[in-house]
Amino acid sequence: MAVATPPQPIEEQRRWEGSLDQLRGLVSERAITGETMLLNMGPHHPSTHGVLRLLLELDGEQIVSCLPDIGFLHTGIEKSIEDKTYEIALPLTDRMDYLSPMSNNMAYAAAVEKLLDLEVPERGQIIRVVCLELARCASHLVWLGTHAIDMGAMSVLLYAFRERERVLGMFEMLSGQRMMSSYIRPGGVWRDVPDDFLPTVKQFLNDFPAKVDDYEALLTQNPIWKDRAQGVGVIEPDVALAYGLTGPALRGSGVNWDLRKAQPYSGYETYDFNVPLGEHGDVYDRYLIRIHEFRESMKILNQAVARLETVKGPYRSQNHKYCPPLRSELGQSMEAVIHHFKLWTYGYDAPDDEIYNAIESPRGEIGCYIHGTGANKPRRVHFKTPSFIHISALPVMAKGYLLADMVAIIGSVDIVLGDCDR
Amino acid sequence: MEIPAARNPVDVLREAFGEAVAYVKEFRDETTIVVDSALATEVLDFLRASPGLVYNMLSDVSAVDYYPDDYGKDFDGQDGDYRPERFAVSYHLLSMLYNRRLRVKFFAVEDDPRLPTATMIFPAANWLEREIADMMGIVFEGHADQRRLLMPDNWYGHPHRRDYPLGKETVAFSFNEAEISKHKPFATD
Repeated sequence: MAVATPPQPIEEQRRWEGSLDQLRGLVSERAITGETMLLNMGPHHPSTHGVLRLLLELDGEQIVSCLPDIGFLHTGIEKSIEDKTYEIALPLTDRMDYLSPMSNNMAYAAAVEKLLDLEVPERGQIIRVVCLELARCASHLVWLGTHAIDMGAMSVLLYAFRERERVLGMFEMLSGQRMMSSYIRPGGVWRDVPDDFLPTVKQFLNDFPAKVDDYEALLTQNPIWKDRAQGVGVIEPDVALAYGLTGPALRGSGVNWDLRKAQPYSGYETYDFNVPLGEHGDVYDRYLIRIHEFRESMKILNQAVARLETVKGPYRSQNHKYCPPLRSELGQSMEAVIHHFKLWTYGYDAPDDEIYNAIESPRGEIGCYIHGTGANKPRRVHFKTPSFIHISALPVMAKGYLLADMVAIIGSVDIVLGDCDR
Repeated sequence: MEIPAARNPVDVLREAFGEAVAYVKEFRDETTIVVDSALATEVLDFLRASPGLVYNMLSDVSAVDYYPDDYGKDFDGQDGDYRPERFAVSYHLLSMLYNRRLRVKFFAVEDDPRLPTATMIFPAANWLEREIADMMGIVFEGHADQRRLLMPDNWYGHPHRRDYPLGKETVAFSFNEAEISKHKPFATD
């Protein structure tokens, strides 16, 4: 039997009015007096792409200010890595940006390689490029589906996830895992690609361009889509630079900056591809850039797959101080047994010094700062993640637009809260 | 428009700030410059605005803790690293024009770690500094928003310090919060 709750005493009801004082200086004075409305969006709101909470100050429907609140997915990955050896810490990086784990693996592995001064053989680099570009497609597909569903186009999600399943299937072929692959490791990749991998990629490359055309047919010239996206969430190039935006969010404002071109890694300088640029810096331009990036990724993948057929050789470094010897060598070589044992029990020492290495992930620049101790565990590992920076710039992008535009803006900068909170 | 030729940041900084440039190191093609922390704001603004340098973007701010004994008088930069104090904060700057990076490092004392904020020069530093203030306990003077960023507001301690224990942490909900804090020795200090 339901019991009616007794009316709360007046003091109880008024209690949290006092807590508005904490927000003094962060929201406008009009919010303190009650002239504008404070509205909580999230952390359970489906359009916040995870557990982002936004405290919005609204004047009617217009956003006066926006206070993002993060940390709900903070898992202490950076702290945990301090207690693990360099190789064992790698699976933690999968769990940061869970929509493109390969890029995180690459950011971490490349940073460790830089700290150790370790070379990656050519075949390893090509396999990495294939993985990274497939990850870019998979990540952009999730973005496309969820961004469209936020703005009311329900069907795109189903098409996008259909193709994403195929990419995840390929990751499973490589690593045995669909998402948390831990495939790219310091020194190269875990193992060589299986025999049926290349035919599967080729089949995908054959089908996928037509699918991208399908997505475009659904959205690009769609008048409702254009109404919702054009002229919304505009960020000027100099403001974008000042707030540290990277990736498609920066290129949407017309700044030509892609780390794959500017500071190439893993042999990206040898591939022929273009960097799509926007003009207006609005939601629509950021959408167009990611759509074009599908096509540029296809170009890179076609070249990389062709190379993979001709370039043979080791797929990870042959320096067995840092990379394990082949399983087959263990029965024949005492040296290999020693290396194997040492690697999986102690790991390896890295210098007591610091490096910063950045790569271009689907969302922007992922930087990895590692400070070694001279022993087998790092002193400090810090990840500069694009989602973190992009959410900190949300207030600038959202100011002055309508509440309904907020979901479009959040979707267009493509945030992942695991990436943001780490 | 003619682009002025790139200048060596170390030489330019030494010329402009003299003794304040305490230490310079090259490691894996990365330049690290340690500057007196009192001049942090001036140095960062100088690096951003000077022709021939133009470090127009802040990539990352990261802090490191040299606890327990990897800092002090022995680490004077003669053979090995230069680490006069326990905490260090590195600003990773990027010059898009000249396509190069630079690390500017400031040290903060153990007892009361304080640094001036860089948010006036690089708005991108806003959350990066708040994260460090939260996780490493370094106060950025002049920062407009000094609330915690990642950890809950009522959290005790700074998890990324090396003397903060890495152990099993029970997830606190409102029903078990009191029970958890009872078993945490450092939470009641």
